[in-house]
Amino acid sequence: MPRPGFVLEVDRSTPPTLFHHGEGFRLERLPTGSRVVYPPEPLAPLRDIDAAIRHALLHPIDSDPLPALLFPGMKLTIAFDDVSLPLPKMRRPDVRQRIIEAVLDMAAEAGVDDVHLIAALALHRRMTEAELRHAVGDRVYDAFAPRGLLYNHDAEDPDGMAFLGSTPHGEEVEINRRAAESDLLVYVNINMVSMDGGWKSTATGLASYRSLRHHHNVHTLQHSRSMMDQERSALHSSNWRMGKVLRDHGPKVFQIETTLNNDTFSPPFDMLQKREWEWGVRDRATFLGMQAALHRTPRRVKRSIFHSMEAPHQVTSVQAGEVEAVHRITTANVYRQQLVEVEGQADVLTMGLPYICPYNVNSVMNPILVMCLGLGYFFNLYKGKPLVREGGVLIMSHPTPWEFHPVHHPSYIDFFEQVLAETTDPAEIEQRFEKSYAEDEWYRHLYRTSYAYHGVHPFYMWYWGSHGLQHLGRVIVLGGDPKAVRRLGFMPASTLDDALEMASDVVGRHPRITHFHAPPLLMADVS
Amino acid sequence: MKALQIDRSLPRFAAARVAGALRSGSGARVGPIELADREPPEPPGAGWVPLRPRLSGICGSDLATIDGASSRYFEPLVSFPFVPGHEVVADAPDGRRVVVEPVLGCVTRGIVPPCPACARGDLGQCERTAFGELSPGLQTGYCADTGGGWSTGMVAHLSQLHAVPDGWSDEAAVMVEPSACAVHAALRAAAEAPLGTVAVIGAGTVGLLTIAALHHWSPPVTLVAAAKHADQRRWARELGADVVVEPAELPRAVRRITGSLAVGDQLTGGADCVLDCVGSEASIQQALALVRPGGRVLLVGMPSSVRLQLTTLWHREVRLEGVYAYGTEHLPDGTTRRTFDLAFELVEAARLERLVTATYPLARYRDAIEHAADAGRRGAVKVAFDLRGEKERNR
Repeated sequence: MPRPGFVLEVDRSTPPTLFHHGEGFRLERLPTGSRVVYPPEPLAPLRDIDAAIRHALLHPIDSDPLPALLFPGMKLTIAFDDVSLPLPKMRRPDVRQRIIEAVLDMAAEAGVDDVHLIAALALHRRMTEAELRHAVGDRVYDAFAPRGLLYNHDAEDPDGMAFLGSTPHGEEVEINRRAAESDLLVYVNINMVSMDGGWKSTATGLASYRSLRHHHNVHTLQHSRSMMDQERSALHSSNWRMGKVLRDHGPKVFQIETTLNNDTFSPPFDMLQKREWEWGVRDRATFLGMQAALHRTPRRVKRSIFHSMEAPHQVTSVQAGEVEAVHRITTANVYRQQLVEVEGQADVLTMGLPYICPYNVNSVMNPILVMCLGLGYFFNLYKGKPLVREGGVLIMSHPTPWEFHPVHHPSYIDFFEQVLAETTDPAEIEQRFEKSYAEDEWYRHLYRTSYAYHGVHPFYMWYWGSHGLQHLGRVIVLGGDPKAVRRLGFMPASTLDDALEMASDVVGRHPRITHFHAPPLLMADVS
Repeated sequence: MKALQIDRSLPRFAAARVAGALRSGSGARVGPIELADREPPEPPGAGWVPLRPRLSGICGSDLATIDGASSRYFEPLVSFPFVPGHEVVADAPDGRRVVVEPVLGCVTRGIVPPCPACARGDLGQCERTAFGELSPGLQTGYCADTGGGWSTGMVAHLSQLHAVPDGWSDEAAVMVEPSACAVHAALRAAAEAPLGTVAVIGAGTVGLLTIAALHHWSPPVTLVAAAKHADQRRWARELGADVVVEPAELPRAVRRITGSLAVGDQLTGGADCVLDCVGSEASIQQALALVRPGGRVLLVGMPSSVRLQLTTLWHREVRLEGVYAYGTEHLPDGTTRRTFDLAFELVEAARLERLVTATYPLARYRDAIEHAADAGRRGAVKVAFDLRGEKERNR
């Protein structure tokens, strides 16, 4: 029986606490009285995933069984989550492969021969052949990709998008034309966090800038408290309104959602998901050996090693059918794995940021993504209230090198050099700079033909953190490159003691400190 | 009188070259420059008057000479020993304060009739800088007969003198000559209007003044500048640049502003005009990569021997043009003005006296030169010799 999440109060006997720190780790002694929020242990996985998938397809929620929706001569499109999920990538076979193969088997039995598979990447970079093969499997890739039937969504293809209508709020809904004109759109989702899935799969994953700008903006993100809490998320409200347009004017959608447990690190590195006082001799020796090796390893090599790791995630649920009904169950399953009850807010929230976020798979975690992971993702992993009080301090640990992947993140470089040199205020950034980046022909070209994130994507990363920026009194980056950290508008600190000293200007000398011990991921339910 | 003097000494030039390559400005310690007691120069003819310098700036070309980095092209165009200093504000015998226009053209050399360039008023293009009644020397400060501003006494032809308006500080006046160079560059850039995007590489004195001149006399739609140091970036913004970036960021900034695509390191479009105010191999090459097809690269900073990849220049029909000194300018409104007159206006309008950030007595010339050579990193712009307190001057 996996243990639930846990809040530890640090005392004199508490061993140093693990902080993820990019492609490395730090052990930090938190002051006595600090709290550490640990994630629940991994839930037990489904025993027979393929059987669970088949059951979900044949006994969907609020929908006819999938075979009843398939008929000869129909247009069937299968869209699936892109390389940003799951993190780290899961061991083969990826759950998307299992589901897609099951759907294709049923389609074949029904005599459906017009099938397209689309990586629903919105404005993310295109997936490479290797990444597509990992997600859908070699059999599916070889059967569809060479004939042009398996491809990446292209939000800038002037002939490839279809306008479906607007919501009562004036939000334009434009999605991939092939998907829009299909008799059935099957969406294959992986839910890592409660922000994923639901109408966001189609209304975001298959959309264009024209559509996305209605919810990927500062106002929406600052009114999503948090974006992980669907009941209080303007981001979700907007996607759900768009979902209604999709339901009324778009294709029939058959949503398949999955949840994973938070089994993130394989042996011998599984001590990274143990509580420190439970580390055995072998765990400590492994950690010390790993630290020593990492200290001597160049960053590029470390990055390559870390990104090659595959997580032992296991599937905990599969549900299919009507989008909203499915997503309610999915969300409950995510919460079952991730929620940890926490009493009261802290003055200072500390966290260690790992080497990966959804936007740097096989890439560089550049400073903008550090901001997004800390203030966008981890800060927002709460229900109720943030873990840190308004005006409090966030201390996040990451090396934050001034480094960018030139192929994946070209507009990020310009955003960092030009935009952040002038202002870090999300509203001003949005008003002054967004349009020119979104419509830049060069970025558009690189998004469509290379492996670049769309020109506007760094803006979205900054907006992702805008609720955090608005809420926090100060952000301190522990162990970060000072120049890069200052460009972000944050303060660099070389030690935790220095960081806490800096924080004392804002929160006084005896702050309540909470450490967010992730990954593995958790979500704080703050009362 | 007291003067900093440069003698022809090949071993000392060689030593300066080595030292200067290791650390800019250190040629002052081992090179051919020294502080000397010497007789004041005699007026070489009618129309020449003695001057007592008050302030005299240190220019990039002076630094190149001191560090032995100047091109050997100049050898026949100078005469030894010479006293450097061509950015000069001085007291004239009639009691006026004057700024010296240092180019030694046909009039100063007693050449009649003047060469076609001097006849047009384009002094910088004079064809007789090594001829006539004066020893060779393209400017005051490089001619053995005239002396230069880094001294307590020099001579100048009456045609070289521009009266300093009442109420002006010496610091403002000493900025007139370098500003004239910048005005000339800006108006050359504007000769082919309209200017959409103009890029300025370098934000030393020449770069900053060029930014100010462009902003004042011929503002482009977007003026983007590359500056290495934080203070330089602040000045560049203050003097009129719309976008200021670090040098390595400039290609991306120009691409973004012009909506260009890129092929490798080469923009497919680019800036209408790039003014290179550095003059190094790297800066010229960068300028060629930034300029649009059919655009112009103006070399404002003094280049020396460089090795360039010119295929892009050929393929994209880019024009590479030198910009030297000043003379007479043809303004967009059709009027014709002396560059120095425009420079006076610019100095006043942009309050360029603010750029004089450090002054030194002659005795501390090594410190002064090292400071000037490292000005950007040390937060300085124009470093000058202050002669006003020199004992020999005030006897």
